[in-house]
Amino acid sequence: MDLDLTSEQELIRDTVRAFARERVAPVAEELDREARFPVELVRELAELGLMGIPISERYGGAGGDTVSYAIAIEELTRIDSSVAITVAAHTSLGTMPINLFGSDEQKERWLPDLASGRKLAAFGLTEPDAGSDAGATRTTAELRDGSWVVNGSKMFITNAGTELTWGVTITARTGEDEISNIVVENGTPGYEISGPLHKLGWKASDTRELTFADCAVPEGNLLGPRGEGFHQFLEILDGGRISVAAMGVGLAQGAYDLADAYARERRQFGKQIGKFQAVAFKLADMAVEIEAGRQLVSKAAWLKDQGRPFALEAAMAKLYTGELSHRVVNQALQIHGGYGFMDEFPISRLYRDQKILEIGEGTNEVQRMVIAKHLGL
Amino acid sequence: MKIAVCVKQVPDATVHKRLDPSTHRLDRSGEGALNPTDLNAVEEALRLRDAHGGEVAILSLGPERAMDSLRKALAMGADRAVLVSDAAAAGSDLVATSHALATALGREEPDLVLFGQQSSDADGAVLWAAVADRLRRPMVSQVAELTIEGGTLTGKRQTEFGYDVISAPLPAVVAVSDAINEPRYPSLKGIMGAKSKPQETVSLADAGIEADRVGEAGSKTTVRAVAPPPAKSDQVKLEDDGSAAEKIVEYLAEKRLI
Repeated sequence: MDLDLTSEQELIRDTVRAFARERVAPVAEELDREARFPVELVRELAELGLMGIPISERYGGAGGDTVSYAIAIEELTRIDSSVAITVAAHTSLGTMPINLFGSDEQKERWLPDLASGRKLAAFGLTEPDAGSDAGATRTTAELRDGSWVVNGSKMFITNAGTELTWGVTITARTGEDEISNIVVENGTPGYEISGPLHKLGWKASDTRELTFADCAVPEGNLLGPRGEGFHQFLEILDGGRISVAAMGVGLAQGAYDLADAYARERRQFGKQIGKFQAVAFKLADMAVEIEAGRQLVSKAAWLKDQGRPFALEAAMAKLYTGELSHRVVNQALQIHGGYGFMDEFPISRLYRDQKILEIGEGTNEVQRMVIAKHLGL
Repeated sequence: MKIAVCVKQVPDATVHKRLDPSTHRLDRSGEGALNPTDLNAVEEALRLRDAHGGEVAILSLGPERAMDSLRKALAMGADRAVLVSDAAAAGSDLVATSHALATALGREEPDLVLFGQQSSDADGAVLWAAVADRLRRPMVSQVAELTIEGGTLTGKRQTEFGYDVISAPLPAVVAVSDAINEPRYPSLKGIMGAKSKPQETVSLADAGIEADRVGEAGSKTTVRAVAPPPAKSDQVKLEDDGSAAEKIVEYLAEKRLI
């Protein structure tokens, strides 16, 4: 058993940590306040090869393992969730369907722009009336004269409307009891993207509602065999959970960092508040939980890298880190007292950014369903 | 053009630094990192190579684990790394270290040797001068701008009052300041590719360095005792409500410092 990172993984961690501190941290508050998508940062991330970490070098990715990918997402989230989810959604949700299920021809055509980060991709699964019950998708795609004619709408879709966005992979009903994944490129007639949605957190990330009205895409935009869409999106979500779980650890670590620094600086009753057991114990509990969460994420990522089943561990990691980040950010803000309630203090942004980690990529409740099912219940 | 960059692994900035009372040496067991101004030296070497062609070799004297830090330079784009590592070299002071590096550089015969201005642990800021002296080469330090044309380098050297512009023929030794450039982040591709670049760890004998001229045997200084700095006492923290200047003056006057 070896719990050490490889020297490559360490270098990736140090690089992303430095990038997040030096490039992201100085603008995070402003991006959040203005709810502005950080297109310049995405370009810098692309230059460093961070927009396609687990994608093969053959298609312009970095050819990194899942552990490295999770570390990078954790380090970004530690500073800013909006930037982290932009990378995670592009990689795990936007690019991965093509990487996993695309034909060689589709991969040659689409992956190089996506894996290199020149373009961004989105994944459209959730609908206004199909959230946790993703199989209840109502969007339809009908094969007519060599085209899939898509009708319906998608909700809360990350990265769908940025100036770098190339397109979206959507799940659509292609028959009575049949779901398929189909690629719709931006600019296709009949494909409309709403204005940016206004959110509690993740304000600098791009979130849209998509509508399709007789939107015709080439027949060749179908990913994998027709009717495989359900299994495909479950597989996508299994992998995606590792990155969102890494966000939970990163957010908690970021909240811990802020609380720890504040507890050393803030003085009340004549001493640093960190010297009071009431505060020190909070920090101790936070540190324990974060470490436990990180190990769960590492285990799930490691299993995936070994080519072994990881869906159960990924769901466990996602559930646990979602909930632990809730507890940690709550206590971290508590340690800040009244200042933590002020916009000027980054902890207030982390507090708002946390909640979605218990909802996106499967709610806590859905994770428990997945885990219970794996346990044979 | 062949460029050698001499670098050092130092304790990571986040590590609490501690002197080992038994060896009188810095405790290097914590996480290590490449010395900050060495990153500027590596960056400058890469830019010069990209403009003039040639190769960038990274050279260091240190414990075996220092290779982890040298790998960062490879990930940034350097071509190969040589680490001189030997138990007999532990505890080398300036004189001993400069001998080891100069001997190793003598074998490499680079056109240009780059150093970071100073290390963040020992903070000596003289090693480059000692190495240049041993190699009998011209040396320019505190360089904030470096150009090379033909066989001549021109360095803009920061001074207290402005800049000196100094030219020297190659081969030469240059110590760069952190003002010279903004070191690049290693790209993921660079990180993944670093492992396939040549990385040699050589003993003193391999490098042709006489063991009695390095380590404690070759050092001209002896650390007799180490002690932590005295705890800061008598501190007063003032919150500025507009009267801080007056309060500072009052405090200094009370202490009879002004």
